[in-house]
Amino acid sequence: MSEIIMLEVLRYHPETDSEPYFQRYTVPYQDDWVVLDALNHIKDHLDATLSYRWSCHMAVCGSCGMTINGEPKLSCHTFLRDYRGGVIRVEPLDHFPIERDLVIVMDSFMDKLGSVKPWLIPKQDKPLSSGEYLQSPGELGAFHQYTQCINCLLCYAACPQCGLNEDFVGPAALALAHRYNLDSRDGGKDARAEVVASNEGIWECTFVGACSEVCPKHVDPAAAIQQTKISASVDWLKDLLTPGGHR
Amino acid sequence: MDVIETDIAIVGAGGAGLRAAIAVAESDPSLSIALISKVYPMRSHTVAAEGGAAGVIKGNDSLDNHFNDTVSGGDWLCDQDAVELFVNTAPLELLQLEHWGCPWSREANGTVAVRPFGGMKIERTWYAADKTGFHILHTLFQTSLKYPSIRRFDEYYSTDLIVEDGRCTGVVAIEMRSGRMVAFRARAVVIATGGAGRIFPFTTNGAIKTGDGMAMAYRAGVPLKDMEFMQYHPTGLPGTGILITEGSRGEGGILVNKDGYRYLQDYNLGPPDPWPRKKAMELGPRDRLSQAFWHEQQKGRTIKTPHGDVVHLDIRQLGEKMIDERLPMVRELALAYVGVDPVHAMIPVRPVVHYTMGGIHTDIDAATPLPGLFAAGECACVSINGANRLGSNSLAEIVVFGARAGRGAAAFAKANINKANRMSGGAGTAAEAAQARLRELFAREGGGDSVSSLRKAMNDTMESGAGIYRTEQTLQETCDILADLRARYRKMPLQDRSNVFNTDLIQALELGCMLDVASAMAQSALQRKESRGSHQRLEYPDRDDANYLKHSMASYRGDGAPSISYRDVVITRSQPAERVYGGAAT
Amino acid sequence: MSRRPYLRKVERNWWLQHPRYISYMIRELTSLFVGLYCALLAVGLVRLSQGHSAWDGFVANLSSPIGISVQLICLVFAIYHSVTWFALTPKAMPLMMKDEPVPGIVIVGAHYVAWAAVSAVVLIGAGI
Repeated sequence: MSEIIMLEVLRYHPETDSEPYFQRYTVPYQDDWVVLDALNHIKDHLDATLSYRWSCHMAVCGSCGMTINGEPKLSCHTFLRDYRGGVIRVEPLDHFPIERDLVIVMDSFMDKLGSVKPWLIPKQDKPLSSGEYLQSPGELGAFHQYTQCINCLLCYAACPQCGLNEDFVGPAALALAHRYNLDSRDGGKDARAEVVASNEGIWECTFVGACSEVCPKHVDPAAAIQQTKISASVDWLKDLLTPGGHR
Repeated sequence: MDVIETDIAIVGAGGAGLRAAIAVAESDPSLSIALISKVYPMRSHTVAAEGGAAGVIKGNDSLDNHFNDTVSGGDWLCDQDAVELFVNTAPLELLQLEHWGCPWSREANGTVAVRPFGGMKIERTWYAADKTGFHILHTLFQTSLKYPSIRRFDEYYSTDLIVEDGRCTGVVAIEMRSGRMVAFRARAVVIATGGAGRIFPFTTNGAIKTGDGMAMAYRAGVPLKDMEFMQYHPTGLPGTGILITEGSRGEGGILVNKDGYRYLQDYNLGPPDPWPRKKAMELGPRDRLSQAFWHEQQKGRTIKTPHGDVVHLDIRQLGEKMIDERLPMVRELALAYVGVDPVHAMIPVRPVVHYTMGGIHTDIDAATPLPGLFAAGECACVSINGANRLGSNSLAEIVVFGARAGRGAAAFAKANINKANRMSGGAGTAAEAAQARLRELFAREGGGDSVSSLRKAMNDTMESGAGIYRTEQTLQETCDILADLRARYRKMPLQDRSNVFNTDLIQALELGCMLDVASAMAQSALQRKESRGSHQRLEYPDRDDANYLKHSMASYRGDGAPSISYRDVVITRSQPAERVYGGAAT
Repeated sequence: MSRRPYLRKVERNWWLQHPRYISYMIRELTSLFVGLYCALLAVGLVRLSQGHSAWDGFVANLSSPIGISVQLICLVFAIYHSVTWFALTPKAMPLMMKDEPVPGIVIVGAHYVAWAAVSAVVLIGAGI
């Protein structure tokens, strides 16, 4: 008699259901299985109608974010062995509309990501023929942590402000803006400030810090936002003292 | 059916697709671009590539070296005019990524750093820690957001090419969130949908690598080239198949069998120096390393685990500081998925399917024989990789040929701007036929087959019959089983008949693509009666240049097996010779 | 269209769902008490400007059982507020020293040292 484990999975079929409900599945327990393996087992052998996103199974593509026993987690990085003997409740990420089963609508995030101008705006133009922008390992180290975001949206699900205010630009987008602002090659901080330093940007954040706690890549978006608050405030003060003073 | 008009349609938004889109946007901002992908771009499998991208920039290196390493690495099946172009262009494209913000790892003096990689005489692999693919993909995706002419269609699953009057004039796709079918009318189409590793059961590839674009082009009459060449990456984690980068060997990691012996020295890859000697031992080419594993397995010298046989990758000698700086993801992956901290213990690894050398036949401008259709990246076969790809050539390939495909598509679109590219105002008969096929799939009843049962049967036969070592018997058996599976697939019903985000449907369509591509792989392998690179025939152990210094071309024949023809390899300045690795190579 | 995305409402008691949100709310609540004490000090200044008897009356109120309780509560919450605030400072102001990050504990420690120094000055000035 091999060991089993129970999964309680949120289901939602918009064409037939008026609201979501939970469905229970019994799945074989394996020591090195993750929740994603259990979901794949359900889809392959028990219920092919279950819909969810996944791809890499190695916590780098960001597809498989879900709420597992109340916590936002990557299902490919959440091990059954940590829930042994219990019931695992699997739901879609909070704060996003549910499209179907475990699939959320993430259009708002894609818009917010684009709104912060997350591309390099070079301080000075340099033709390709003259080679690379020089950047010391120390300069790379200054922003490297903020490049690690896999856009998994766990931070948006954990952040209460994202739940209370749908216009909040959000942790990942603001951390990405900070990544470029700190890049020694970049000169685009002012271009990004209109959105980043707006009411829906950094100023909506009250430093709950849940985003950084749940981030699977240790990006620490909370730190990024607080640092941006200080930098934006200093710029504002400089402008107050002399027009355009912070440039 | 809804019709969306666009100048260029690009299917696939990974490294090659995004690079193509940016190339079109930069060549002419007035051209409209529809960037169509079955996943959000950040999910594309480029994201999982780790080790690096090859490009000649250091003073001790030369384009000739990169050329020769690539051609010999490919066992002389590479088209040398394409390789020439590739090695010349790679450094510029990688530099372009740096100008777009890619966080390449640096030397102390601020210049881009390079590391040694398998099969390369001089180190030339640019790297961004051990997440190079992740950084390249995110750099390209974020850069693409700058261009208003790029319109993205995320989570649209492309099913068919539209071909009219001998030209490719668009693509039919399903909007996954609603289930409705859409016809994209385009003046030129670029396919950049990646490889097909999910045809095999143990692979580094993510769920989405199902050869969709290869199948679309194949069914539209474009031959698939060199499909018998599947690369096994020597170091994947047992069970999950998760990739442990070649970079760990480039930094000095070693492979040992159950006796703690560096077994690669027994396979013409020695001597076993303590420092990583280029092109020797653990820095030999991937096909040789994977084949050595198979031999060790036959001799009973591999370690048995619940997930099959493994060997051990030992990077303890690198020390914690270097591991955390250059191989942090390797440490994370080993800890999370096999419970091993590589700072203190050896990592269990085995060869797993990783890269599809073959693909949609294109010329060096990324153009297929079908006018208006271009292809780039892993889904295409130019060929620069020949019978075996060198590590870090693929990340360079996607930007070199992605850019070429984009520029080629833009030029084609402009040259045909006055030609009517629609037969009627509507979607056209090709699109209507695609919709009819979908309706038929939804209408099927009964039957005992499911997506997962047919997929497993396909996986099993490909692994046993078309794995690292093949025979006439195993390949014929696999061809027969695949023919049977394809017939059963045509009757297989869906289990989910909803419209909104129906992943049973998507998986069923992906399975259809994989079955077609697998039959091209198995048939091509059956016909190639020699061993070359990653295609090894036990009964034909040697290379046969007299008969097989040619590309195999698989042409779709509907329900029957593909027909295989041959095409000469372009040889310019490197005549086929013996592939030499180990001490003799340097 | 067959789509019908379903947005689950955020409950009023969202902050009770997880310990991290409860401690966040407590932290935010403490700022009320910091504000309360500032108001108290402001009243004290006004009383000082109104002359001896007004000031003496103010000090008498502060010394009453209620007055002492209020001050103690404010002190406890102000300390909690400051401790949680100091702990977060390395995130908001990361410092680099010669390409290496300054350890968080040093940044936090510096805040405590500054707090102790200011407190010493105030206490000495108050004649204690």
